Amino acid sequence: MKKRIASFDIYYLQVLDEKGKCDAKLAPKIPAKRLKEMYWLMLLTRAFDEKALNLQRQGRIGTYAQVKGQEACQIGSAILMQEQDLAFPSFREHGVFIARGTPLEKLFLYWGGDERGMDLGKVNVFPVSIPVGTHPLHAVGAAYAYKFQKKNAVTLAYFGDGATSEGDFHEAMNFAGVWQAPVVFICQNNQWAISTPASKQTAAKTLAQKAIAYGMRSVQVDGNDVLGVYSATKEAIENARKGKGPTLIECKTYRLGDHTTSDDARRYRSENEVKAWEKKDPITRFEKYLLSKGVLSQQLAQEMKEKAKQEVEKAVKNYESTPKASPEIIFENVYASLPANLQAQLEELKDETGSSAS
Amino acid sequence: MAELNMIEAIRSALRAEMKLDKKVVLLGEDIGVNGGVFRVTEGLQKEFGKERVIDTPLAESGIVGSAIGMAIAGLKPVAEIQFEGFIFPALDQLVNHAARIRKRSQGKFHCQLVVRCPIGGGIRALEHHSDSPETYLAHTPGLKVVMPSTPYDAKGLLASAIRDPDPVVFFEPKKIYRAIKEELPDEHYTIPLGKARVVKEGHDLTLITYGSLVLTAAQVAEDLREELDIELIDLRTLSPLDEETIISSVKKTGKAVVVHEAPRTLGFASEIIARINEKALYHLEAPVARVTSYDLPVPLAKYEDYFFPSKERITNAIRKVMKEARSNYGV
Repeated sequence: MKKRIASFDIYYLQVLDEKGKCDAKLAPKIPAKRLKEMYWLMLLTRAFDEKALNLQRQGRIGTYAQVKGQEACQIGSAILMQEQDLAFPSFREHGVFIARGTPLEKLFLYWGGDERGMDLGKVNVFPVSIPVGTHPLHAVGAAYAYKFQKKNAVTLAYFGDGATSEGDFHEAMNFAGVWQAPVVFICQNNQWAISTPASKQTAAKTLAQKAIAYGMRSVQVDGNDVLGVYSATKEAIENARKGKGPTLIECKTYRLGDHTTSDDARRYRSENEVKAWEKKDPITRFEKYLLSKGVLSQQLAQEMKEKAKQEVEKAVKNYESTPKASPEIIFENVYASLPANLQAQLEELKDETGSSAS
Repeated sequence: MAELNMIEAIRSALRAEMKLDKKVVLLGEDIGVNGGVFRVTEGLQKEFGKERVIDTPLAESGIVGSAIGMAIAGLKPVAEIQFEGFIFPALDQLVNHAARIRKRSQGKFHCQLVVRCPIGGGIRALEHHSDSPETYLAHTPGLKVVMPSTPYDAKGLLASAIRDPDPVVFFEPKKIYRAIKEELPDEHYTIPLGKARVVKEGHDLTLITYGSLVLTAAQVAEDLREELDIELIDLRTLSPLDEETIISSVKKTGKAVVVHEAPRTLGFASEIIARINEKALYHLEAPVARVTSYDLPVPLAKYEDYFFPSKERITNAIRKVMKEARSNYGV
């Protein structure tokens, strides 16, 4: 005997097309104020990103990973989180930090090489996780803990197409499926893992379909369509909160910048490809929609762009006027209390730096 | 008073801590229904439920990585890695994350997490079931590493590890899981991390070891008692190391032998001897000797006795140090 015992479908979701035209049947109901807030956060993320790139080129911050092009994926999802929810970002998630209310100077501080930048206080974002694909497991464990403690909180794990090749990604998906953990996996398929195109990352037609193997819902969404990302994430978060388990959302997008400021993407991809994606810019698309809907006027859009730049400049000033911490900071927060050998090593450092602070 | 072996003592610590604190949860492969391959967690799932004693999928990195997530969200997970040879997939999570999350988040998040793991040889097992990877972990800032050598210590140290606000790797020397029984007090107790135990006081030579070799070393000290008064130190915690106990003992005896099951190069003896050199070199009457396994992969069962430090090897090292001290100082 031979018979089909299972079959699966993968859906693609797009609400706003590349021209900013809205599919009315699929449009999420979002009040004008909220739409403006989303637009503002995307502008702020873009302004931060452009400034950070400039600061790096001038030697005023260190190596930086640009987010340009992925603003819709991040704002469209993170804006849906409630206060008690926790986001687990990778290193390109400035939009997530910004959407959750992180002061911009903290981000400059972090990318400027100061550990105090990840001192986020009440902002409910887990600190930047750099080893690719390792942190979705933390999101799964935290989701389990929230469910166990009946906290009504969900977690969102952000990562890229490259991460889906890592073992930990698969372990995270598997654990989440088995535990029915309230977690949403946001895969930003920006199509390039440094120089490796998505086509060399996997033979699978979509990344979304990887969820099927773990008994999990998934969808592929146009990652440059903020309303599409919003809709998909809203449904995923609601399901998670209702105890209906995890979802994988593949946001098909494009990394418009280099991998980091240490990379030169011209070595491995064509200018034409980049230009084609620049035409699909998530901010331009959303702006067109908001203008057509009357939520935004040309004048207001211009004012908001100016304001975003001003906010960023203000943050740069705050960042650059932040005094350097005393050297002993490197001994802080390694253990809850400093063991004897580290006490002795701290004394060595103090002798070397002539610091008298304790 | 109840007479318990190490497995029962560990289970007793787990049960006591789970009763005291609802945030303590266990996770690992086969730990629930089956009670763990060594039966350490036997009966605990029945007692505390499937949400607190979690049978996980077979994935070590997944176990430790998700335990990290539980810890930062307010639980106190105790993860079990079934054998030390399988801890390596989880090293990324331990070294790159558990050890650094307090630092990375400037203290907002921390990992109150214990990873329990059997360790060491001597049970004639398959490949990957007889290794001693403690140094990989002890080398990592941000982790604590503990290895008990008796049922009493296992219970008290594990209770402390579970209550410790930082991630602790708790290695359990599987060779002596059932080797000895001890009378344990009925009431629950803790033993502080970072404190070595002077198993036997002595004046002639300091013998330093940890884990299952504490028993072997104690037998050697006993065998030699007519000719030598050996001070035996059980480190109990490798990180943070109780340097004070080691240094004050070596200053007293002027001679030291360090013993461990792990291979020699960059083994834990290297660190101990370096610290003795820094703090007690001028008290030494002879070079410190180390007795370790060879710098080889652990041989399969038929040959493992040639590999691990034996009573004879330890005795020879002690005699050699004593002889050198005598010829140097005429004592």
